[in-house]
Amino acid sequence: MTGPIPRRPRVAVVDYGAGNLVSMDQALDRVGAEVVFVRDAEAFRDVDAIVVPGVGAAGPAMERLRRRGLVDPILAWIAAGRPLLGICLGLQLLFEASDEDGAETLGVIPGRTRRLVDAPTLPHIGWNQVDRVRAHPVFDGIAPGADFYFVHSFAGVPDPTTAADVVLTRTTHGGTFVSAIARDNVLGVQFHPERSGADGLRLLANAVELVRSGGFGAPGAPDARARASEPVAV
Amino acid sequence: MLCRRVIACLDVADGRVVKGTKFVDLVDEGDPPELAERYAAEGADELVFLDITAAPEGRGTLLDIVERTARRAFIPLTVGGGVRSVRDMREVLRAGADKVALNTAAVADPLLVSRCAARFGSQAVVVAIDARRANAAGWEVVVRGGRKSTGLDSVAWAERVVELGAGELLVTSIDRDGTRSGYDTELLRAVSSRVDVPVVASGGAASPADFVAAIRDGGADAVLAASIFHRRLVSIAEVKAAMADAGLPVRGIVRSAA
Repeated sequence: MTGPIPRRPRVAVVDYGAGNLVSMDQALDRVGAEVVFVRDAEAFRDVDAIVVPGVGAAGPAMERLRRRGLVDPILAWIAAGRPLLGICLGLQLLFEASDEDGAETLGVIPGRTRRLVDAPTLPHIGWNQVDRVRAHPVFDGIAPGADFYFVHSFAGVPDPTTAADVVLTRTTHGGTFVSAIARDNVLGVQFHPERSGADGLRLLANAVELVRSGGFGAPGAPDARARASEPVAV
Repeated sequence: MLCRRVIACLDVADGRVVKGTKFVDLVDEGDPPELAERYAAEGADELVFLDITAAPEGRGTLLDIVERTARRAFIPLTVGGGVRSVRDMREVLRAGADKVALNTAAVADPLLVSRCAARFGSQAVVVAIDARRANAAGWEVVVRGGRKSTGLDSVAWAERVVELGAGELLVTSIDRDGTRSGYDTELLRAVSSRVDVPVVASGGAASPADFVAAIRDGGADAVLAASIFHRRLVSIAEVKAAMADAGLPVRGIVRSAA
């Protein structure tokens, strides 16, 4: 393992025409990252981590990722054990498919995206409690049960056989759903840290610090720097 | 459990925050990004910008203000006023808004709601309904800042736009707007009892008790106010304290960013 990254970590925010990049840009900048907007796989070459943001439906989002030639590079990035954070739709895309429109998604995490169960209102819009089911350094310094901002009607449901290794937090809106996952160097949050005030900024600061020190914390995950100069397999 | 939201509303005209009574007699209340940052620091759960000039030549100014605000306030931002197409909505979202509120344009072209929802998801589509008491039986939808009648019944219109894909309704009582006589809880109840999307109460807030009433009696999921926050007649903290005392779930007060 090599040492920490001796500079501001470069974070690629995937721009595929789905939603709010300004707040993402500003929030990551505020917590010490250098943000690069990525519209094609070329831009993955010189970055330390990828953020997949997104709002909206899975089908059109996958179509836009495909059109920009980003699907295979993202899969290769994850397969290489490099850090990736999915936010909202960006988390849902990590699962195998979405019930929202039947779209097949990236299939990195076993399970599928389903409509929230027993929700009193849909979409689930607003601030809700995020309850941790296991510890992870990305939540360091954030009070247990802190509120984060959600805007969604669907959520990823991990396959029961692997859920214990994947689920990081749960949130209740009628039924209970998975609001954050972590596996190896992949992190995913259903809420919007870039819109969750001070706690959201803290989570992003933790994520950037983890990237700086080698990854999102999975023991044995390949170090980000060791591969920083390798071209992304396309 | 989902928190009940307190939303600070900024009516923006020609790049400044303004507030009038019943949408007329506008008074300058300040710089939008500055006020937005203040509200975020004071614990607002969300911000709403309504561009009430919405003249075509003013669009660039609005987008610039949206972006400057999104860069200073790390809480959700809804922008309404002058959004007439999927393309307009895309521009506003790209400037940093999280949601777009459709009002006049939705009345003129209801399928705009469907097109926007299909492109960006229902969660990003708010339909703003300006409602004026028509008779004992109901409330008429009015547009163009309350200056034009539509003949539409507000509750029927609410049901229609939800069917078309609206993910949230911003229900403003034009009768109460700016009067500080309390929210129209009857109107709110009439709408919230007929739709299963979140309803944001707007128009008439004066005291912390009014916010509680909008939620408890009106069935609103969120409460919005403008001038009483701008003029510091009531603080967001006082509103949240009253809501918490009434047993409503609220997000903790964030510490001042200053």
